[in-house]
Amino acid sequence: MQKKQNQKAWFLVLPVFLLVAFSAVIPLMTVVNYSVQDSFGNNEFYWVGTEWFIEILNSERFHGALGRQLLFSAIILAIEIPLGIWIALKMPKKGWGASLCLVLMALPLLIPWNVVGTIWQIFAREDIGLLGHTLAAMGIDYNYTQVALDAWITVVVMDVWHWTSLVVLLCYAGLSSIPDAFYQAAKIDGASRWAVFRYIQFPKMKRVLLIAVLLRFMDSFMIYTEPFVVTGGGPGNATTFLSIDLVKMAIGQFDLGPAAAFSLVYFLIVLLLSWVFYTVMTARDGDAS
Amino acid sequence: MAEIHLKDMAHSYLPNPTGPEDYALKGLDHIWEDGGAYALLGPSGCGKTTLLNIISGLLTPSKGSVRFGDKDVTKLDTAHRNIAQVFQFPVIYDTMTVRQNLEFPLKNRGMAAADIEARVGEIANMLDLTDQLDKPAANLSADAKQIISLGRGLVRSDVNAVLFDEPLTVIDPHKKWQLRSRLKELHQQFGFTMVYVTHDQTEALTFADKVVVMYEGEVVQIGTPEELFERPAHTFVGYFIGSPGMNILPATVEGRTATVGDHKIALGADYGTLKGKTEIGIRPEFLKLTDGDTATVETIEDLGRHKIVRVAYAGHSLAVLVPENQPVSPGPTGLVFDPARTLVYRDSHLVRGAK
Repeated sequence: MQKKQNQKAWFLVLPVFLLVAFSAVIPLMTVVNYSVQDSFGNNEFYWVGTEWFIEILNSERFHGALGRQLLFSAIILAIEIPLGIWIALKMPKKGWGASLCLVLMALPLLIPWNVVGTIWQIFAREDIGLLGHTLAAMGIDYNYTQVALDAWITVVVMDVWHWTSLVVLLCYAGLSSIPDAFYQAAKIDGASRWAVFRYIQFPKMKRVLLIAVLLRFMDSFMIYTEPFVVTGGGPGNATTFLSIDLVKMAIGQFDLGPAAAFSLVYFLIVLLLSWVFYTVMTARDGDAS
Repeated sequence: MAEIHLKDMAHSYLPNPTGPEDYALKGLDHIWEDGGAYALLGPSGCGKTTLLNIISGLLTPSKGSVRFGDKDVTKLDTAHRNIAQVFQFPVIYDTMTVRQNLEFPLKNRGMAAADIEARVGEIANMLDLTDQLDKPAANLSADAKQIISLGRGLVRSDVNAVLFDEPLTVIDPHKKWQLRSRLKELHQQFGFTMVYVTHDQTEALTFADKVVVMYEGEVVQIGTPEELFERPAHTFVGYFIGSPGMNILPATVEGRTATVGDHKIALGADYGTLKGKTEIGIRPEFLKLTDGDTATVETIEDLGRHKIVRVAYAGHSLAVLVPENQPVSPGPTGLVFDPARTLVYRDSHLVRGAK
């Protein structure tokens, strides 16, 4: 059948192009524009080329924040993914228990970020917070405003509390798609609990796990609100992650050029690492099937 | 291999069943002979799958016992029962190759690697899977997957019985016939006891030596396909087997005569005086249309080989199978019952008359 070729379909995607242009491309280009210029106010700009990029990439401050950020994301993934899988496996499959668990799991996800921060900020306070006060009463020396390790523990536990549910819900969805016959067949084949997980449950969860890992990586790598509310990046620079540092630089010090360069480098790192995760996980998937 | 004996067995999914309506299986006492090919036939929800799961050990019956040969296995778990089961939807370990799928049950039982390889090779050879052994199992067609699930059962040399739970549901129609004859062939070759669950009568009748018909949690008849056709023990069997099913008419039975409305019908045996709900049943194959006006032809379906004629008789609609060469036209007609083939049912169960 001969069909007339034309390019009219492009008109149909034009609105989306415009929308994306105004919401993403143009702001991004503004940042690119700032990153290669210097300004002394008065709306006067001077071309500086890659100077800001070189400065950022060589700065101790950036290295410190990046290192803390990578460590934080690694800890978050190492805790939330296995914990999420484990909880999803333990959750009841049917009946009122299943509904109750789903509601309980969804609750933390419904709380706004800064509210989560405030909750934990108060919860962990030594003078009035339930957690902080209890720990102090038990003789444990815990103070997240003074001790770097305590601040880290607080921020990590808070994130685990807030976001493990997401991993649980995704894994649970993957698990629910497995027909009973698979478990029955495994019993007949004499499979161990581990074999059932390894050959039935894990393969079915793999696709949603990819999404879970990507979401949790990107989110934790860009974390801002909660540590900002709880610790403000302190004590010292102990919990100053990339976003917090960036905001300090851009808004606090009003260093537009370096902040713009910082933003672009940050963006490229998130993009690169997400791509690495995606490629590694889907490549293994390809081998298997 | 051993015979399977279900002794006074009943099962309810409720923790504290009170009446018979709480039971999914209402009392069964049946021996499945070693090496037999059985079909378990019945409509959806009649307890077929429950029965199958009890044999395979996925369910423990509320009452009674399950014995394999001399051994009571009621409380034994599935892995130790030496049962293979093929499910409605192909169950394949997606991440494995065909070979790994076949090896899986043996590895789980800790068999030596050399023995596993020999056994898998042997089974693959019998199932014609040799050239596909190293392919990923996930990409195969549904019928090939069903063969592999069967293979996973057969690799174990100690299999007592192979259970099939509607295994052809997801198979393309033109492959169904092929796979069915393949399964039959394998049964003859291996000699395992085979229990085949289906709600398709053609499948059951062509497949099995003996057909077990279930209805509302009870076995209503066990018999060869011929017995089911000629002497259904229960009106449900008459209705369920055959296409169209048996005609069932409420009637009063007295000696050698059944009375339906104003019509008297001669019977092949003496039934005395029957109390309770009495009905007569006759297959459409054994009714004849003649000259006369006792009945009225209502509709005619021409199937090419024969015609199915619906006639109104004493206020009831009956199906009559008419040979292709006999002309039929709507309107009054005579209707002849074959006395030897007219069966009498009391409370839905077949009554045997005296000669």
